[in-house]
Amino acid sequence: MGADWANWLGPDEWQAVRLSLRVSLVATLASLPLGIFAAYALARWSFWGKPLLNGLVHLPLILPPVVTGYLLLLTFGRRGAVGEVLDQWFGIVLSFRWAGAALAAAVMAFPLMVRAIRLALEAVDPKLEAAASTLGASPTWVFVTVTLPLILPGVVAGSILAFAKAMGEFGATITFVSNIPGQTQTIPSAIYAFLQVPGGEQAAGRLVIVSVALAMGALLLSEVLARRVARRVAGA
Amino acid sequence: MTLQVSIQHRFARFDLDIAFEAPRGVTVLFGPSGSGKTTLVNAVAGLLRPDAGRIVAGDWVLLDTAARRCVPPHRRRLGYVFQEGRLFPHLTVRQNLTYGRWFAPRGAAAPSLPHVVDLLGLGDLLDRRPGALSGGEKQRVAIGRALLAAPKLILADEPLAALDEARKAEILPYFERLRDEVSVPILYVSHSSAEVARLATTVVALRDGRVTAVGPPSQVLGDVAAMGVRGAASVLVARVVAHHADGLSELATEGGRLWLPQVADAPGSTLRVRIAAQDVILSRARPKGLSALNILGGTITEVRPGQGPGAMVTLAVGADRLTARLTRRSAQAMGLAPGQSCHAIIKTVAVAPEDVGTGTHTLGAA
Repeated sequence: MGADWANWLGPDEWQAVRLSLRVSLVATLASLPLGIFAAYALARWSFWGKPLLNGLVHLPLILPPVVTGYLLLLTFGRRGAVGEVLDQWFGIVLSFRWAGAALAAAVMAFPLMVRAIRLALEAVDPKLEAAASTLGASPTWVFVTVTLPLILPGVVAGSILAFAKAMGEFGATITFVSNIPGQTQTIPSAIYAFLQVPGGEQAAGRLVIVSVALAMGALLLSEVLARRVARRVAGA
Repeated sequence: MTLQVSIQHRFARFDLDIAFEAPRGVTVLFGPSGSGKTTLVNAVAGLLRPDAGRIVAGDWVLLDTAARRCVPPHRRRLGYVFQEGRLFPHLTVRQNLTYGRWFAPRGAAAPSLPHVVDLLGLGDLLDRRPGALSGGEKQRVAIGRALLAAPKLILADEPLAALDEARKAEILPYFERLRDEVSVPILYVSHSSAEVARLATTVVALRDGRVTAVGPPSQVLGDVAAMGVRGAASVLVARVVAHHADGLSELATEGGRLWLPQVADAPGSTLRVRIAAQDVILSRARPKGLSALNILGGTITEVRPGQGPGAMVTLAVGADRLTARLTRRSAQAMGLAPGQSCHAIIKTVAVAPEDVGTGTHTLGAA
């Protein structure tokens, strides 16, 4: 079965699928802590500049992806403000590397992740957290033992949505890290490349099928989990 | 341990300015809704920070706004029983019960899990989740959860208000057991005169953010200003003598025999019986040929005319006080005055089951 799959996709196509999975997985997992933090700040705190943070988080959802990619290039490129520091001090180069593709995917998927977690947080009754604090739990322990378990389905659903979005990211990625096979050529970039050469339609078609399958799977999974959240909130 | 509370807090609708001292036992904060009871308990718990105030439990300063001291709620070592239970829906009953134990300091004097499970009858519920419990069961678990956190003080904010009469009757005895078997002081919020009569060792009556009366229940319950004309009542300590075949129980008080609709407690046990002031009739001579079974003898200690047509007459019945509400006209016609001996007549059927509670604690009669 595994061998059939391996033969069904060409080596270049396999490479693109593997890279896409790696980029999306890293993008999702690395941005998750920040996503939970941003969702918590937006759902629970009131602070100066909250509308600004809200706008910043949601900006990649509304901006043309090319613009986001270009801004990433300006910031994290080798000559960019942050990119130069990362390169000289830590030897980390993001532009035209797979890690840069992961960064682009993470930025583009971030709004979806934050929205899902924020919705779950807003469904948690703060009275339960107050009850936990009267029982001796410090704010950190309240979060770990009460808040986090209650929002977990939302966190999982948000992560799956973000993963699916990262799998499909194209505009910002190709602008920021270009389209280098084995390095930054994810499934969408590979489909685009295959369509640029004569006779590439079959390879592109196979990758399209893989994309649709992965996206549908992710969507179904997040749907199931969202329903579980609703049930739990109603049952509480 | 005594609890000293003094807080001032400004709300949009009213101002709170409250000071009282709660000795050992159950201190009931009594008052209508909107009188500031919950605010007060939340301030003691640390969930609300009043504008100004000082709260001291024993020798431990929990809050002192003048000294800029405010202990956060998780360090206050309290057990808070909320009106709506607030059990953690993602944990089993067992995990809910032991939640506070994780955070209690090592060696803290907490009752054991089996003891609490036994005290509150939770044995069959341990592996269930809160979603599968009835309202009464939830409140019992909430009480157990508060107890097992090894609290130095238990707070209960109208823990029975969300329950129907049958469930109330199910939970109240557990609070009586807490009062009599657990040495932790309890601050209990209620707007039910019956709960005050059954549980309180001290009553703090509140109205519109002010304390209107503080004292033992025998004293505060008869206070019309604190309880309202219809809420005024007295509490008699009575010992069960026998249960009779006609559905009545015979009890002994210091003023004579008291016949009540059958009570659940065995002969020999001591009960507190709440008697509403408006259910008491007075007679100078011992009446004859009367349908009422209960005629208690006592001495008048106070005759207080009210603002309307009524008057409150208080009798000393042994160490207890019994308050009767009559018209000023009758009080004058009978020539009632302190020092006179008098008979109080109480209809047996006027005493409802929720008026009868267990009580080995003294009432601290004034």
